[in-house]
Amino acid sequence: MRATPVSQDTAALEEPGGVSPRTQNKLVIFLFLLPAFILFFVFLAYPILQSVYYSFFDWAGFGPAEDFVALDNFRRILTDEIFHKAIINGIIIVGMSLLIQLPFSLALAMMVGRDLPGRAFFRTIFFMPYVFSEVITAIMWSSIMNPDPSRGFLNAVWTLIPGAEPILWLAEPGIVLTSIFIVLTWKFFGFHLLLYMAGLQNIPREIEEAAIIDGASRPQLFFRIILPLLSSTIRTSVYLSVLGSLQQFALIWLMTKGGPVNASEVMSTYMYRYGFVRFDLGYGSAVAIVMLLISLLFSVLYLRLFRQRDYLSGL
Amino acid sequence: MQATLPKSSAKKNQRMTRISQYVVLSILSVLVLVPVVMLTFAALKTRGEVMATPYTVPVPAHWENLTFVLSQSTFWEMLRNSLLVMVATTAGVVVICSLAAFVFARMHFRGKDLAFNLLTLGLMFPINVAILPVYLVLRQMSLTDDLWGVILVQTAFQVAGNIMILNGFFRSIPNELQDAAYIDGCTTFDFFRRILLPLARPALSAVAALTMVVSWNDLLVPLVVINSEELWPLPLGTMQFQGQYGRDLALVSAFVALSAIPAVIFYLFAERQIVSGLTAGAIKG
Repeated sequence: MRATPVSQDTAALEEPGGVSPRTQNKLVIFLFLLPAFILFFVFLAYPILQSVYYSFFDWAGFGPAEDFVALDNFRRILTDEIFHKAIINGIIIVGMSLLIQLPFSLALAMMVGRDLPGRAFFRTIFFMPYVFSEVITAIMWSSIMNPDPSRGFLNAVWTLIPGAEPILWLAEPGIVLTSIFIVLTWKFFGFHLLLYMAGLQNIPREIEEAAIIDGASRPQLFFRIILPLLSSTIRTSVYLSVLGSLQQFALIWLMTKGGPVNASEVMSTYMYRYGFVRFDLGYGSAVAIVMLLISLLFSVLYLRLFRQRDYLSGL
Repeated sequence: MQATLPKSSAKKNQRMTRISQYVVLSILSVLVLVPVVMLTFAALKTRGEVMATPYTVPVPAHWENLTFVLSQSTFWEMLRNSLLVMVATTAGVVVICSLAAFVFARMHFRGKDLAFNLLTLGLMFPINVAILPVYLVLRQMSLTDDLWGVILVQTAFQVAGNIMILNGFFRSIPNELQDAAYIDGCTTFDFFRRILLPLARPALSAVAALTMVVSWNDLLVPLVVINSEELWPLPLGTMQFQGQYGRDLALVSAFVALSAIPAVIFYLFAERQIVSGLTAGAIKG
């Protein structure tokens, strides 16, 4: 084929010291995987194992950990109402994402469709928030969500409605999660839109056309043809959305620090508070282990559930 | 498609849908752009103007705050730190992931599945979840308050996803090419370097673009690793700047706007790579 540029300098490519191709291949495999595995062990496997160890101690982070407390840290986590609150808040954010943000992105992708002139232009705008850092996002939105209508644009618009009181977007416990969700949606709906647009692009046009010729109505076309064919994209987007929501940190920390009165606390802000603000590293390690277990549980569950479904649908 | 409908009404119908589509998309675009526009307005006003008339178009524009930020050496230091971390992380990720993905996509050995699953396990443990354990290890290695600590951690946590992206791409290169190269006397390494890598350039640039965005925007890793002011990358520096000058919204906006400009420019140039990287990673089946 187009291997000609290679053949001309084969002479220069002799194996060093007459090593057999097989040993040579083994060497390639070993050397090529080595850097990835070093990073894996040093920054993933070892830290986690070590934190498992520290999670059994009461340890402020200086000197060796000596105050063995067995499972006390875990008991404390599981009975701490603020941690419960953090988990519930996480579930609420996940729920809002799955029930509002993703369907919205899907509907939008359907609307943009395959051949709307200018679709690339709109995609560029909708996806742009994704490349802004969380710091920039948080500062922009904190200013927009300023409760004073003469300073915060959202309330300036809101109070145009006669009789509407300014909303305390980030200071009212009953509202703050919704406000965070608005910001998350602003930042991430374009990403999911992108996935759905790419998924729709992969559906052969002929299938849709055949269905229309066979007399399928629009809802039928959507629910019977498009949705099933899009299922792997939807699963991926659900997976990324759940995992992403569970690990949200910077935006929430910068906008509310988990407040007011823990109303926007999530697991990662909770861990940051104990691990890095109060420097209670034994307890922080235990929180990290719990978070890791929850992430792992979700991932395993997801794989179990959907690998099987895929397999069955293949029958 | 509208063969079943009478032609004229179908056309009219289609035009109506088109118009409503554009209306919805335009409204949404405006909504998405509101925060960006507000930021730009505030960046081009004086402190007094931001207080008095925050929502008006800044005419005449005041560039004082922007030039003030640009005249400070701290902004340029942060920019340099961010660039340094981003370039090193991206280089590391591209090299490490293409080496590993090559082995997974193109070679056979016992325990391959296990090795692959181990390495991609990292996908389930994002850095936000693992930060405290990782911090403890960095401290033992004396890599705190050191940009190398940031680079190594960012690289380590980008490896899993990008191995998957590249693995998918390397697999799609026909086997015949490899056979032909071997018949021509290529060693495995030559095939990798002279044939596969050049062919994989689009995938490599997608991986690079994605890594650049993630590294450039990262706050958490520098936040826990770096103490010294002169080592702050832009996101961390922006956060500290906001904490220090928070009362002067015009000045903070100028700083934030300036720190956003590199990302926006990069996005406009590399949108295709970023998009293809994200969709390749997500729609791997």
